[in-house]
Amino acid sequence: MKFDDEPTPGENLPILPGHTSPGRFERILRAGHFAVTAEIAPPDSADPADVFSRAALFDGYVDAINATDSSGANCHMSSMGICSLLTRRGYAMILQQSCRDRNRIAMQGDILGAAAMGVCNVLCLSGDGVQSGDHPQAKPVFDMDSISALGMVRHMRDERQFLSGRAISSPPRLFLGAAANPFAPPLDFRPHRMAKKIAAGAQFIQTQYCFDVDRMKTFMAQVRDLGLLEEAFVLAGVGPLASAKAAEWIRKNVAGVHIPDDIIRRLAGAEDQKQEGVDLCVDLIEQIHEIEGVSGVHIMAYRMEDRIGEIVSRSNVLNGREPWRPAA
Amino acid sequence: MKSVRLWSIRNARWLKKVYDGLEWILSLLEPILRRIGYDRLDKPFAAIEGVIKGFFFDSQSCGQCTLGETGMACPMNCPKTLRNGPCGGVRQNGGCEIKPDMTCVWVNAWEGSQQIGTPEETIKMIQPPVDNRLKGRSAWLRALRLRAGGLL
Repeated sequence: MKFDDEPTPGENLPILPGHTSPGRFERILRAGHFAVTAEIAPPDSADPADVFSRAALFDGYVDAINATDSSGANCHMSSMGICSLLTRRGYAMILQQSCRDRNRIAMQGDILGAAAMGVCNVLCLSGDGVQSGDHPQAKPVFDMDSISALGMVRHMRDERQFLSGRAISSPPRLFLGAAANPFAPPLDFRPHRMAKKIAAGAQFIQTQYCFDVDRMKTFMAQVRDLGLLEEAFVLAGVGPLASAKAAEWIRKNVAGVHIPDDIIRRLAGAEDQKQEGVDLCVDLIEQIHEIEGVSGVHIMAYRMEDRIGEIVSRSNVLNGREPWRPAA
Repeated sequence: MKSVRLWSIRNARWLKKVYDGLEWILSLLEPILRRIGYDRLDKPFAAIEGVIKGFFFDSQSCGQCTLGETGMACPMNCPKTLRNGPCGGVRQNGGCEIKPDMTCVWVNAWEGSQQIGTPEETIKMIQPPVDNRLKGRSAWLRALRLRAGGLL
């Protein structure tokens, strides 16, 4: 899918009235399309070819790509590096910025740098604790939290100022995102937490893995009642599980991921568990697609990125629409 | 101390009232305190405040207190020092992502704010990022000063 005013790859689109970014992702959502985003696996390498080959797996299936910020507190190529490489080729990138490793000075500098490199979307996160990663000795920064970080980036964009009040001559034109976890306690607080994120500036929300559709429905009803769906787009997080054993491991060791027993039973009972994981993901996407107010899905296919094309086409959420892809 | 901290959450309702009363008394004393000089009073005030809030709430003395807005749970006990709500890593049993044996500060804060009874006015407020210069200073005097100047 190409827009009429599509620029040469690496250049941004014109900003439409009512939009805050010159990006493709905001346009897709505001046009009312069901959007698909996916998480790219950041390489443990300094070779740009590793980034390009991983992004190519998504060509034609994904509207925007999230580049994680050393998720799980494990070291990888930076979100900024990946975004910079891929925006040059025309990809719509979502820069993930966690509060774990950088203070407000570094974060604001990165926001200007990212916008200058053509990044149109930023996802502000608190970040996983350093204890869960491969460098537990590191100093956790957490100078900001996800909500104050959102407010800070919005201030830079709308007030054309750093947090200090010093002027920014050309502000970052960004579409702002935040994460939500409808599946973690305190459950009743979760919709209000999302409301706070939207009040602080979030325009789109990407959720944690959804394996519990009933809980997702309850959450969506709660946020709808709070009037939040008029203010932000919600993309539900999904992903294939590689096996029942992997699911058990994730449930035990990855904080905040809620996997109900029946999901694990379904995987355990399958002959080809990996294929069952993909089938399950397709089923979940189809069910989530039916929930009123969900604007898209965010696919996190850890070590199964090569299956994303299959998942997207089989779930038919794009409804015949083909997302932008680089020219061959 | 964990047991006292949890007791304070369960009793957040009247502790908040005591807290508000204390604030009212201080506001009556404000002209005297101002005459003595806020800067001169900061050290002794911070010391007293540290002992009281440390005992009841495990306060970390950030110098910009949110206890009244966070259900009498000190958010600086969160290993990520999150001041605007729980991260996505809270375990299904309400345990902290980083310290599994500790109940998430925000699970406590939500419980405490229900006790106080006006969560929509308090816990849902957006807290600004911490001013790291204020750590160890008196949050009570700061609030008093800001309020007297019409800034709070």
